[in-house]
Amino acid sequence: MAAALTQSKFLMGTALVSKRLLASRRAMDMTTRAAFTLPPLPYPIDALEKKGMSKTTFEFHYGKHHQAYVTNLNNQIAGKDLESLSIEEVMLKTFNGGKPTPEFNNAAQVVNHTFFWESMSPNGGGKPSGKVAEAIEKDLGGYDKFVEAFKAAGATQFGSGWAWLSVNKEGKLEVTKTPNAENPWCYGATPILTMDVWEHAYYLDVQNRRPDFITNFVDNLIDWDRVEQRYLAATK
Amino acid sequence: MPYSLPDLPYAYDALEPFVDTQTMTLHHTKHHQASHMAYIREQRQQRSEQDLNRAVGAHKVPADIATTVRNNGGGHFNHTFFWEIMCNPSSTGGPAGELKEAVESAYGSVEALKDKFNAAAAARFGSGWAWLVVSPEGKLEVTSTPNQDSPLMAGIVDTPGTPVLGLDVWEHAYYLKYQNRRPEYIAAWWNVVNWEQANQNYKAAAGSKM
Repeated sequence: MAAALTQSKFLMGTALVSKRLLASRRAMDMTTRAAFTLPPLPYPIDALEKKGMSKTTFEFHYGKHHQAYVTNLNNQIAGKDLESLSIEEVMLKTFNGGKPTPEFNNAAQVVNHTFFWESMSPNGGGKPSGKVAEAIEKDLGGYDKFVEAFKAAGATQFGSGWAWLSVNKEGKLEVTKTPNAENPWCYGATPILTMDVWEHAYYLDVQNRRPDFITNFVDNLIDWDRVEQRYLAATK
Repeated sequence: MPYSLPDLPYAYDALEPFVDTQTMTLHHTKHHQASHMAYIREQRQQRSEQDLNRAVGAHKVPADIATTVRNNGGGHFNHTFFWEIMCNPSSTGGPAGELKEAVESAYGSVEALKDKFNAAAAARFGSGWAWLVVSPEGKLEVTSTPNQDSPLMAGIVDTPGTPVLGLDVWEHAYYLKYQNRRPEYIAAWWNVVNWEQANQNYKAAAGSKM
């Protein structure tokens, strides 16, 4: 439970990841905490069915893939010092400065998927508003330019990976892509939006047509309210 | 001369029920074709697909097209190789000949090779391939590569060699039928291995070292 709370705080987005981690480490007692669990979806499992992401996809992507990352990570860290850390701490520690140890893929994929589910909403889509809209205008040249860059990042990530909108170390928005399990946290940025472009994210719904999946994600699924909250937290 | 998308050496439903017709149709006509379209623009300097793959990472490919050649050259070679290494189960007599002898000598048994190969295929995180290759020293090796890297790309892969067997473990290769159950797909795939072709691959690769 403590791990889940730490994770949701983390996933709200903060530019002060390292401070947070130090604080949470100090707060932790020396007893080993319970194994990681699969965080609940922020909406019913069939909630995005009408918006192009089927219940069947969720049953596999959330129920099987995300669960397997959690289970495999728990098995890998059982009895190790890593077991006393939060999921984010495990991820950052096992990234090991770009030379990941075997636990990294599972830890990062647990974090990435939780962040992905929470990047979407049954009421998602449309255009951003508020501070993040202003920042998109200022840092990226406007919504259309953001869409172009984000779609290109997703389409050109060769093989498995992710597309991101993040607040970088200088406090500016940037669009990036990462392979496999890597994410911008590993490189010191704070993500506020992500899109999974592993084939398992879309193959049951649109097969090889990744561009169709990407367009649907951008037009209909992004939870811009959540992205705004994350942006405010990351730039506070 | 540009390479064209090769016809499959069998019908789209020939590998049922182990590899399904819909997967074979999409995999051949969409994924392989897509890599081909981008690829033909860049492959004019080399004599063959094999030469092109061997050139990757060896500073023989201009920097501005290096990634395109690596991804599409590898994808084209790997898929063409993959189609040819499979057949309808009734069309193969199983492991035999020089390859069977070499496998038994190197691994103890064909089953022991399969265990090693299956482990490599299951452990490849993300997209990629599992391989049985003949190394430059003429030795059988089990390995895996990420994305569309081929074992011919000696400058960038961990274990270079000439492929004898290759298994596509990109999710598009199995997701419609097996979803997240990659190990089931790997186990089922051995039913459609074309062992006569594998033996030819072995003889050609090992023979060139002698």
